[in-house]
Amino acid sequence: MQLVVNIVVLASIYALIACGYVLIYRVSRVLNLAHGELMMLGAYLLLSTAATFSGNAFAAIAAAIVLSLTVGVLVYVLLMRKMAGEMVLAAVLTTVALGILLRGLMVLIFTAQQQYPGQALGLSNPALALPGGGRISTFAAAIVVATALAYGGLFLFLQFGRWGVRMRAAGQNPLLAAQRGISLHAIYALAWGISTLTGSIAGMLIALDSGLTSSMAIIGLKAFPAALVGGLDSLLGALLGAVIVGAAEVLSIQYIDPLLSDVVPFLVLIAALILRPWGLFGTREELDRV
Amino acid sequence: MFRGPPRASGYFRTGYAQDLALMQTRLERTALAAFAIALAAFPFLVTAFYLDLACQVFLAAIGALSLMLLTGYAGQISLGHAGLLAAGAFTAGILFRECNAPFWLTLPAAAAIGAALGVIFGLPSLRLRGLYLAVSTLALYFVVVYLGGEYESTRGFSTGIMVDAPKIGGFALSDPRAWYFVLLGAAAATLLICANLLRSRTGRAWRAIRAHETVAEALGIGIAGYKLLAFVISSAMAAVAGALFAYYRGFVSVEAFSLFLSIQYVAMIIIGGMGSLLGALLGAVFVTLFPYLIEALLRKLPNAQSYAGVLFAVNYSAFGVVMILFLVFEPLGLIGIWRRLQSYFLLWPFKHRPIAGQRQ
Repeated sequence: MQLVVNIVVLASIYALIACGYVLIYRVSRVLNLAHGELMMLGAYLLLSTAATFSGNAFAAIAAAIVLSLTVGVLVYVLLMRKMAGEMVLAAVLTTVALGILLRGLMVLIFTAQQQYPGQALGLSNPALALPGGGRISTFAAAIVVATALAYGGLFLFLQFGRWGVRMRAAGQNPLLAAQRGISLHAIYALAWGISTLTGSIAGMLIALDSGLTSSMAIIGLKAFPAALVGGLDSLLGALLGAVIVGAAEVLSIQYIDPLLSDVVPFLVLIAALILRPWGLFGTREELDRV
Repeated sequence: MFRGPPRASGYFRTGYAQDLALMQTRLERTALAAFAIALAAFPFLVTAFYLDLACQVFLAAIGALSLMLLTGYAGQISLGHAGLLAAGAFTAGILFRECNAPFWLTLPAAAAIGAALGVIFGLPSLRLRGLYLAVSTLALYFVVVYLGGEYESTRGFSTGIMVDAPKIGGFALSDPRAWYFVLLGAAAATLLICANLLRSRTGRAWRAIRAHETVAEALGIGIAGYKLLAFVISSAMAAVAGALFAYYRGFVSVEAFSLFLSIQYVAMIIIGGMGSLLGALLGAVFVTLFPYLIEALLRKLPNAQSYAGVLFAVNYSAFGVVMILFLVFEPLGLIGIWRRLQSYFLLWPFKHRPIAGQRQ
């Protein structure tokens, strides 16, 4: 039972992070390799808002969420906008460089020590007993809930929202979309904003659950296989991919070797690339477009 | 071999032999001779610190040249270069530790392991392109580093493997000056191999694949074979660089081969300029010396001591900034700046090359 709980929690973490990869890739065909760092930035934003709004946990979290949305939009407006229309590889390497820059800056500003935003906010993290004998910490449960909300919200937004439909249109055929009067820059900026937002929420909840160090960005990178296994342009795929990668990781830690935890997601990734490179729910034509 | 516009004004090639020649003009020959003399005199003029910097540059140059062959010429993107360096270093380290093998066995062994890994890294390229290929090399990098870490922890070398200096007869290679010349020779040999590959059939095939795969195949180039060949040659060179690194440092540990190292090598060929061997060398020099430059600049600031703790983070951020600046404002890299300077003087007092057809 505990094993199932662990798998669900890890899968929700990966799913919440992976939807950021999917959103940006689906809209602009750019792979955002700075996603892990942006996620970590969200967690550090929470740390600084916790210091500002001391005592008021709700206000601190709300402020951090608004800030992270702003950061995402700014990343597009200030940096990625210049790479629109460049070679895809150049854009991807720009995100890599952005990740390095962010990581350096975060160590400079917040030091590399382990920090606990949960303590700063005055929130405790009691374990909840589940029916069936499993236990789950409060914030881990919050991650599962947040993932469900994020996917539900994204689905409704993309399916029925005005901007969501525009976003899908821009992803399908940017030229036609632009000619129909959709502002591509606004759409891309929005996609970066939402993607950073979901990533940051994941980062904040992980930091609240288990503390925050500068090595958190690797979790973001490990979530990438989840996005690819499911298909880089499919949200449903990302959810399923996250379950597969999460289950593989938890089971191999349990039954084979704890050291494997860092490498299992990438083994799954290699297997997926060999068997079905376009992912479980991805479109096949994607491959040649890259 | 395509070399862009002739180097000097008034020099036009009239035959294929001229086009293939390694050095084409007297200026090139003179400049190269002067450069060789300067390199030979360098270790006798500077302190040990600069000697170490030069050795690091040579090692980086071998790695950057091999990645340039793969990415800059054959057009196959790899984010796993540090994995290949690690494989070479670990091959040398493990063979030395377990079998006490001499260096003339471990270096070829490292090359063989590198070549074998090259096949593995290259196999996805037969099916995947661009981004997906980059991701597959990234995943393989994690696997290689995991295997290295696993070896370290199961054999009890949790901090790393010590490697003694290589011995030739009774003479141990430990003098920094001797190392300088060994690594200089290795880098020069790599450069020569790369240049020769590129001006032969293989290089032309790689360039054709990079330009357009379908057309290349229609021209009768075996795509699969040449792609794999690019991976094999590049990986073997990188593994040898890794083995040399292991001997030079006397120490192998997975910590030395972080993902950041992979990114640094990619940065070298981007900052240097894609599709140019000179670019790979310039990039290797730039990226290797950059952190030391930042450190020197920080020392110039008032109360320099207080920055010592954050030096690493400053380096990291500055490196990110430089990489972004190059990608956004100078995608052709240092070599692009160099070519623009050249043509500025070549065309002076005009700004642009005359439009083809106007020139009689």
